[in-house]
Amino acid sequence: MAVDVNRSSARSRPSDRHKASRRRTTLTAYGFLLPNLVGFLAFTFLPVLAALLISFTSWDLLRPAQWVGLANYERLIGDTTFHRVLRNTFVYVLGTVPVQMALALLVAMALNQRIPGRLFFRAAYFMPVVASTVAVALVWRWIFHADFGLLNSALYMIGVNDPPNWLQSTRWALPAIIIMSIWQQVGFSMVLFLAGLQAVPAHLYEAAKIDGANGWHRFVHITIPMLSSTTFFVLVISIINSFQVFDQAFIMTEGGPANATNTLVFNIYRYAFQFFQMGYATAMAWVLFAIIFVVTVVQFRYQRQWVHYD
Amino acid sequence: MTESPQRRRRAPRQVFGYTLGTWVLVLFLVPTAILMLMPFVWMVSTSLKSAGAVFEYPPTFIPNPVRWDNYTRLFEVLPFARFFLNSLIVAGSVTILGVATSAMAAYAFARLRFPGREALFLGYLGTLMIPAQVVIIPNFILLRTLGWIDTYQALILPAAFSAFGTFLLRQYFLTIPGELEDAAVVDGASHWQIFTRVILPLSGPALSALAIFTFLFNWNSFLYPLVVTNSTSMSTLTVGLNTLQGQYNTAWTLLMAGSVLALLPVLTVFLLAQRYFIKGITLTGIGGR
Repeated sequence: MAVDVNRSSARSRPSDRHKASRRRTTLTAYGFLLPNLVGFLAFTFLPVLAALLISFTSWDLLRPAQWVGLANYERLIGDTTFHRVLRNTFVYVLGTVPVQMALALLVAMALNQRIPGRLFFRAAYFMPVVASTVAVALVWRWIFHADFGLLNSALYMIGVNDPPNWLQSTRWALPAIIIMSIWQQVGFSMVLFLAGLQAVPAHLYEAAKIDGANGWHRFVHITIPMLSSTTFFVLVISIINSFQVFDQAFIMTEGGPANATNTLVFNIYRYAFQFFQMGYATAMAWVLFAIIFVVTVVQFRYQRQWVHYD
Repeated sequence: MTESPQRRRRAPRQVFGYTLGTWVLVLFLVPTAILMLMPFVWMVSTSLKSAGAVFEYPPTFIPNPVRWDNYTRLFEVLPFARFFLNSLIVAGSVTILGVATSAMAAYAFARLRFPGREALFLGYLGTLMIPAQVVIIPNFILLRTLGWIDTYQALILPAAFSAFGTFLLRQYFLTIPGELEDAAVVDGASHWQIFTRVILPLSGPALSALAIFTFLFNWNSFLYPLVVTNSTSMSTLTVGLNTLQGQYNTAWTLLMAGSVLALLPVLTVFLLAQRYFIKGITLTGIGGR
């Protein structure tokens, strides 16, 4: 650093010092950044760029990658299994998210009251959220067992003589996975709704009561609008997470029977790590990204029509 | 809801200190909570039954006789202690590495001016929306080229440097008023000292939320360890459970004992520290699946 500066350069000294201090800050900043930045570049940023390239190749990891242009994406258009996979994934998202959110709101509103055993109830609803999906998928596989499962035993008892074969049935396997996922996710949304409800000022309800609004009116005209920013957040996160469903489909049904529960991520896994078609699998992963991206952007675009921030 | 005394003209009837309406709500909550807990109860119950008792109709919840040997057998058929250790090493290392480096990077983004800051931050932000499945294939190829498949570094390093942690902590640091650091700056403190003595102590809630959910996410993670390991000795708990299912597909007592073991540590910590989990979720919105 400029310590021995003679008098003649005195006029430029402040800016030199300024420059030196800026350079020092830059060095400090990159010092702070470096450990994370190196990892981020190596394992996130560069892999994303690589994934773009890989999706334009045919690559089985044995022979060198071959540039095939858009062939992988063209193949997706005509791939009927992939169409099935897309449909399954959308059915899963549409079957899980709205039901899960409605139940979560209901429970959150109940728990937002002064109620005996409030902490117990909250813990009961939230426990599945922290549980490993693999472990709970195993018990749900057992619950859905066609002959000895808890669910069908209960159905027999209430007089259903011909209960579904659940995970072995092309018709009921996906609904079974949806039921399990609703069970697992409801607590997460509930906690967020509960926090949102606690932020609604009590005087709004008081004023509405004085004006003679009944419970339903208070729900529609106060709770729903005051909660809209929370609802928006829960909706965006739940949809993004649901499009990436994998563990349940892998453990409970392995995508079957006959692709009935084959989801986007399960299909990506199969093509990449069982069939070693890296290019084709990566193209599917980009389709997954595109879907999530478009759905999220659309939600942000239309939020102004129903979301109120105060 | 608390009402002012003059408005409470006709007080609702109280039963055991609560209104009738409250008890109706409890009547709705009790059965649904039982439904929520049922799979856990059923899991524990099955894990303590004899192999034959599993197929009884009607099913019973109280095992008779209680068979603890399902648990001892678990450790005989697969190295479950090793799975535990692996999960602990992986989730622990990812958490420590991830939180520490994210906090440092977040400090640079939140408090320091330097060329390239906006561009770099945009790079971090841009990858937030890209699902892990896009990155997993190139990472697998990279790890394979490095000869790292089936090693701890493969399980730990690619999982440790998430853009999310840096983003979350940067947002949190920005809410800390700058005046708090001014005194330290006047005293000639370095940025490292400001970071460790002012910013970090003020960021307890964000740091603990990030740590809790990084650990939880990696403890429960399945697809990634499934892809980057292939030997039994490098399996984490979730991958080990999958191996167990592959070998004993219908040995329900054994499968349930394994599931109970995998859940026990996480659920215990959750029940003891419920408050922090809930706070963490509402603070950061993470933890969903």
